[in-house]
Amino acid sequence: MRLEFELNGRRTVVNIPPGRRLLDLLREDLGLPGTKEGCGEGECGACTVLVNGQPTLACLALAAHVQGTAVCTVEGLAQAGELHPLQNAFIEHGAVQCGFCTPGLLMASYALLQKNPNPTRHEVREYLAGNLCRCTGYDQVIDAVLSAAKGQRCP
Amino acid sequence: MAVGTSKRSVVGHNVTKVDGPSLVCGRPKFTMDIDLSGSLVGVILPSPHAHARIKSIDTSAAESLSGVVCVLHHGNVSRIAHTTAGQGWPEPSPYDTFLFDNKVRYVGDKVAAVAANSEQVAREALRRISVEYEVLPSLLSVDAALAAGSPAIHDETDAEGIYDAAGNVAAAVDIPVGDVAAALAQAEVTVEATCEIPYSQHVPIEPHCTVAYFDEDGRLVVRTSTQVPFHVRRIVARVLELPLHRVRVVKPRIGGGFGVKQEVLLEPVAGALALRTGKAVRMVFTREEEFVSSRTRHPMKVRVALGAGKDGVLRALEMEATSNTGAYGAHALTVLSNVGSKTLPLYNKPHDLRFHGRAVYTNLPVAGAYRGYGATQGYFPLEVAMDQLAERLQIDPVELRLRNHIREGETSPIFERIGEGREGVAQIVRSCKLEECLRLGAERFGWREKRSAPRQRGPLTYGVGMACAMQGSGITGIDMGAATIMLNEDGSFRLLIGATDLGTGSDTVLAQIAAEMLGVPVEKISVYSSDTDFTPFDVGAYASSTTYVSGTAVLRAAQEVRSQVLDVAAAMLRQSRDTLEIHDGRVHGSAGKSVSLEEVGHRAAYVVDQHHIAATASCVPEESPPPFAAFFAEVCVDRETGLVRLERMLGVADCGVALHPRLAEGQVEGAMAQGVGHALFEEMVFSERGRCVNTNLLDYRIPSSTDLRSLEAILVDSYEPSGPLGAKSIAEIGINGPLPAISNAIYHAVGVRLARAPFTPGRVLRALEGKG
Repeated sequence: MRLEFELNGRRTVVNIPPGRRLLDLLREDLGLPGTKEGCGEGECGACTVLVNGQPTLACLALAAHVQGTAVCTVEGLAQAGELHPLQNAFIEHGAVQCGFCTPGLLMASYALLQKNPNPTRHEVREYLAGNLCRCTGYDQVIDAVLSAAKGQRCP
Repeated sequence: MAVGTSKRSVVGHNVTKVDGPSLVCGRPKFTMDIDLSGSLVGVILPSPHAHARIKSIDTSAAESLSGVVCVLHHGNVSRIAHTTAGQGWPEPSPYDTFLFDNKVRYVGDKVAAVAANSEQVAREALRRISVEYEVLPSLLSVDAALAAGSPAIHDETDAEGIYDAAGNVAAAVDIPVGDVAAALAQAEVTVEATCEIPYSQHVPIEPHCTVAYFDEDGRLVVRTSTQVPFHVRRIVARVLELPLHRVRVVKPRIGGGFGVKQEVLLEPVAGALALRTGKAVRMVFTREEEFVSSRTRHPMKVRVALGAGKDGVLRALEMEATSNTGAYGAHALTVLSNVGSKTLPLYNKPHDLRFHGRAVYTNLPVAGAYRGYGATQGYFPLEVAMDQLAERLQIDPVELRLRNHIREGETSPIFERIGEGREGVAQIVRSCKLEECLRLGAERFGWREKRSAPRQRGPLTYGVGMACAMQGSGITGIDMGAATIMLNEDGSFRLLIGATDLGTGSDTVLAQIAAEMLGVPVEKISVYSSDTDFTPFDVGAYASSTTYVSGTAVLRAAQEVRSQVLDVAAAMLRQSRDTLEIHDGRVHGSAGKSVSLEEVGHRAAYVVDQHHIAATASCVPEESPPPFAAFFAEVCVDRETGLVRLERMLGVADCGVALHPRLAEGQVEGAMAQGVGHALFEEMVFSERGRCVNTNLLDYRIPSSTDLRSLEAILVDSYEPSGPLGAKSIAEIGINGPLPAISNAIYHAVGVRLARAPFTPGRVLRALEGKG
């Protein structure tokens, strides 16, 4: 089937078999391997991308689901070579250890700050509960999101 | 600021993690991030039986399927006994594993492998393989395996190194020091604790994954998510009967390991499929396979008996461990040994000690290396027993530890008696700030106030508990790390290391050591790890070794390169090299004269007396200085539901000089998070036929952000004289604290001892009911 959508701000047209997962479309067909597969069952959150601003698990979503939408992946966060404040904050606060869950955590955090630019610590903790990280104790991740929220420019 | 770091310009500072920018941008750094189009997909047929002999296997229906390229099984591969443990040589784990065997020993054991042009076809092929099994009695517990008349799980005649195959004992240890029985009998007070840890899994968010292919010269290249690239090369070469030099192992970024990626699991299978087909083959464990068919922590029951005087000073210490190694003996002996060797020296007052135990085969998943590596299993009963002793003697638990723990300048006979599956090496503890950890932690935590009376609110009772731990820094006299540093003609450096950053930040820390010694910022060091063709030998990331062992190699290589740089600069400045100093990217001489490293590099490469400024250095550690830590936990126990909620967990650690404090704190926090998972949630559950029934992340719960409400790590000032720039290890120790600290906190709250992890609501309720 013919699929047309906006990917990280660029119009994208591809032909895909109907059962293709969004994750495979991104990683294999479109060469964007930043989005990760941790479980393939919608439990770990490593494959979180934004579809029309909504966090979406790319391992469960069919590619056909993004027809006519705007999709944002971790590769779309940095603009013109400038890291997004969330990306800088993740590095600065030690939120990145192995980095495998990082793309999903970044996209979920981005969606949170879009909805709620000044979240409390508790709100960040609650919002990120679907994104598992096995390296940190999450505090460094939450510190990063709160710090980005404080210094964040309007995207 | 810690001793020794006051003059440092790079070390001791939270520099930008060298791989941070590329990771937050999602650049293709991981094993499966490369273009894999055209590669075959490899999948494994798992055993449905816990214990069975394969009578016949018919692959014709699978092979006739369009797209299937190859099916491997015990009938068409060489039979070579090996261990998957991924350790140094000689390997201390038994050679009890074969690429494919005519017998399966647990549900999930590998029966056959298929390579096909798509995953869908490969999985369909698995369904078409028909296997006739002779089902054997399955031994699903240590007791069943040890019972008289039980069948031998390893009845093959060509296994090597099994302690007692007929009795299902993979390994056994008995280390007596003095006469512990007499000392216990004579002690004024004795206490005993027996604690049990179940099957738990590392759950790296990236499962095991491997791509095997041939380069343009026909050499086998294995790109793999591993902690031990050089051991992978050696083991793959052995299993596939290739000369070592025909194998190249590339370790890209690793998405978490925690020990499970020390195991060499997919690499020989993918390599065999690639060899047979001549094509690239990729393999990834599903989450279910990661749980069942990779490796777990060794489930263990450990008994501790303490004898003490009325002053609380220990006089006798006995520890007995019964370890379940599962179907194969990966790390069976060494994890067992570490239960004693990494715990008993912490309290070095008794002269009479004994550590003994067995590692037993069962028809359950295979245990292996897991952060903490036996110490986690040992500290649980040891620190619960210390809590019991404190209660008996009415001594504050912090004070009891202060009266007993090892101090700087002291030793323990255990260092010499128990090593890595063999005798150890005597050592004096040169740095130990555990007293500071205990005092600072108690103060920050508000220990005295919280301990004096458990708070209560309706059915909710709050309690606090604490524990101590130590670990090691690498394996003395056995493991080796090496590093190469080269000067580029623009004054920057390349640092090539076989050390394996599995998310710990070791690439950054090792770059900091090089940058500090060479007088440049970290940005001037390009780090490359690891590739068996291009980076020097390193045993890899395990045993808390990288900062201490590989870091010392980097330090030595940097000193040698520095010396070479000074030779060139001395000629350029026409000054004696003894007066020269390197900092800020320049070599400074007297009278305000200096040359830049770029000028030095340019001259050495192109101008006069041209030569390559470079050095390689190695380190085999002569000792393994322990890091120390004190842990404090506060829990809220709901007496009506049995639910235990962790209110706060504090870990205070002595890791020597923290070369990168934020990364070191992250190691402690992350390790504590896993320990909290062990304490509260994590357990693999098995059916009566030995099948793990919770093989996903909903039914096997690891801590999420809402489960860990307040984890904090504090590092105390310390300096390890034998370590690189004063450092020792930090990555494992944090996982040892939560189990005993939380168990002790539950006791403080509601007066019941939880000795079987995890402390689930059902277990807490049953304990409360038992108490009446």
